[in-house]
Amino acid sequence: MLELELKVNGERYAVRAEPRKLLSDVLREDCRLTGTHVGCEHGVCGACTVLVDGRPSRACLIYAVQMQGHDVTTIEAVAKDGELSPLQQALHEAHGLQCGFCTAGIVMTFEAYLKENPHPTEEEVREVLSGNLCRCTGYHNIVRAILRASGATA
Amino acid sequence: MKPAPFRYHRPESLGDALALLSENPDAKVIAGGQSLGPMMNMRLVTPAELIDLNAIAGMDAISESGNFVEIGALACHHAVASSSLVKTRCPLLAEAAGTIGHYAIRMRGTLGGSLAHADPAAQLPLVASTLGAEIVVAGKRGARRIAARDFFVSLMTTALSPDEIIVAVRFPKVAPGERHAYVQFSRRSGDFAIVAVACVLFDKKLRIGIGGAEDKPLVFDDFRSIDPVSLAKSVRDAVNPAENPRVPAVFRKELVEVLTRRAVQKCLSSS
Repeated sequence: MLELELKVNGERYAVRAEPRKLLSDVLREDCRLTGTHVGCEHGVCGACTVLVDGRPSRACLIYAVQMQGHDVTTIEAVAKDGELSPLQQALHEAHGLQCGFCTAGIVMTFEAYLKENPHPTEEEVREVLSGNLCRCTGYHNIVRAILRASGATA
Repeated sequence: MKPAPFRYHRPESLGDALALLSENPDAKVIAGGQSLGPMMNMRLVTPAELIDLNAIAGMDAISESGNFVEIGALACHHAVASSSLVKTRCPLLAEAAGTIGHYAIRMRGTLGGSLAHADPAAQLPLVASTLGAEIVVAGKRGARRIAARDFFVSLMTTALSPDEIIVAVRFPKVAPGERHAYVQFSRRSGDFAIVAVACVLFDKKLRIGIGGAEDKPLVFDDFRSIDPVSLAKSVRDAVNPAENPRVPAVFRKELVEVLTRRAVQKCLSSS
């Protein structure tokens, strides 16, 4: 067991974990931040996507021990003071979620992507969204919501 | 889907990493972990020691030197695909790197990691082979450069010695008037390609790289004509894909022909 100090959503967490413990599991079990969902655990589904130093990353393909000295951001930090982010608000308005399991990963991916490319085309949105599987298959409304959040009319 | 226990090392210099690697011959080196991570989660690999390269500063630099663009092994695919230097000097590399996996995968997966992993259908081994890149490696006996064509030995097997780490890759710059194309076919977005084709046209000479057909990237450059139809047939005849219950050899051959023809047509029609 190692003593780890992690910085998640700007707060420090002291955690005891084996080196093999995945960031996704440490976030959920040790930091009690259960908004990050775990789907496939091999990097395919995108449900566990969080930001590492602002960059979307699969939390199931990172060991928590690797995150010392880095900033991790999870879905819990996206809404500020109970106010949804524009992307979250757009997902709400455009009915961009059904069961919601994939939503956290989608929000984290696109919070970062829309900073890099604030006005993507629908094709670009779909290409990036292909990294996040929605088993309700509600992609049309998710795409619509992301385009709405980016200021495009959709 | 949890990895087996391992001891974790985070060296802060290449020298320390190489020392750790030579002391622990069964150690695995991890960079982005986008291939090793899934394999460890599925326990296809269970290394006793894991040497994490991410704390080594400066190993992700992208720079020009003479006729080459030199890219540090820790540069992630997103950095390679979006670098203006790579886009202008090695456009084939930038284009192919932008098609790897998904957005979040490209943020962590690295150039060195992809080459060391040596999946025969992966973009970067194919592009490195087609462009004639050189792989710069360091080991306890010093540094050496390995031509990409000699680097890939077979399925997930490279010319790296157990004590060596990839440090950087030198890609030749595009020549004036050189054209390129990259096309791939996969069943789902983000999957490894079933077949991928990289094509370079310069001075009426074609070089064609084929990924996914055999156990390592193949490069063909001895063509009598540049007619896309006959040339694609000749490449189809030259590859020997293995039978696979989910991907019959004849399907891969068909893809090799169709994608080669499209890549050559794309090269010939681009400006």
